[in-house]
Amino acid sequence: MATYHLTVNGQRKEVNVDPSTPLLWVLREELKMTGTKYGCGISACGACTVHVDGVATRSCVLPMSLVGGAITTIEGIGQDPVGRAVQDAWVDKDVVQCGYCQSGQIMTAVALLKATPKPTDTNIEESMGGNLCRCATYVRIREAIKNASQQLK
Amino acid sequence: MQMNRVALLLTPVFSAMFATWVLVFGAFAHADDVKPEASRAEGLTAWEQIYSVLTSPRCINCHTATNYPQQGDDRHRHFANVIRGPEGKGVPGLNCLSCHHEANADSTGVPGGPNWHLAPLSMQWQDLNDRPLSSAAVCRSVTDRSKNESMDGPALLKHHQEAELVLWAWNPGVRPDGTARTTPPLTHAEFVAATRTWVDAGTPCPKGK
Repeated sequence: MATYHLTVNGQRKEVNVDPSTPLLWVLREELKMTGTKYGCGISACGACTVHVDGVATRSCVLPMSLVGGAITTIEGIGQDPVGRAVQDAWVDKDVVQCGYCQSGQIMTAVALLKATPKPTDTNIEESMGGNLCRCATYVRIREAIKNASQQLK
Repeated sequence: MQMNRVALLLTPVFSAMFATWVLVFGAFAHADDVKPEASRAEGLTAWEQIYSVLTSPRCINCHTATNYPQQGDDRHRHFANVIRGPEGKGVPGLNCLSCHHEANADSTGVPGGPNWHLAPLSMQWQDLNDRPLSSAAVCRSVTDRSKNESMDGPALLKHHQEAELVLWAWNPGVRPDGTARTTPPLTHAEFVAATRTWVDAGTPCPKGK
């Protein structure tokens, strides 16, 4: 076991966990922040995506021993202007069906728009290609990203 | 008296013989200390050893000619729709750094190392059908300073000795199932020794396509 001091959504947190524990389980089990979802556990679906120093990161495969930056989760992304715009667009376009993957979808979409404010369809397909949605909300996700991009003019 | 005169006359002769002995055997002693430069044949043999490493999965999986990296010993396309991106580091939201961190994550089976990224397309060592290029073609690519970040022979040796992602190939961590990833066919020491021989021989490349 080891003690880690984390910054999560701007707040300092202290956890005492095994260094091999993935960040996902620290967020969900230790910090009770259950907005970030467990999907596949092997970084193949994107449901667990959070930001570490602004980089979209698969928290299910990131052991605590390698966490090296400020963490932003779905619970905190709305404090960011781009995050707020994306969440509003998600509501406007009624993107969500079952909703399980959507935390990760939104976190990846925010990372995309921060780097590429006016994404093309190709940009969207490439950046969102690692986030799976069993309900196949992909068309609405694309519309919502374009909508958020327009709102951020 | 007679003997002294003879000795006096012979002194220059003995001195010359001694000097010759020093020069000849000194030269041999020097040859023992400094290895002569490798021949072209030795260099080509060493290159084939290097080629066997460069085309092993731990190296060639990130030297693709395509828009994606590969993974596994069968060199299949990287899962999760990962793509190269403009700088070989993925795209926003799906960067290499999204999963690959500063070191191997053995508890989750994800490999990692400093500045994880794909080799540039100028350093592709396979064709568009994912088949490794020939020994001659890879050699030409590796020695072409317009493609290899302007590395000459000594710089290539240093790269093979010290570059962190090169060293990773011999410390690739474990797979998600906990089994060890395979390493290249030579040890790192053997790889460096082969590179040194090849560089000493003037980085010769095999002929052919």
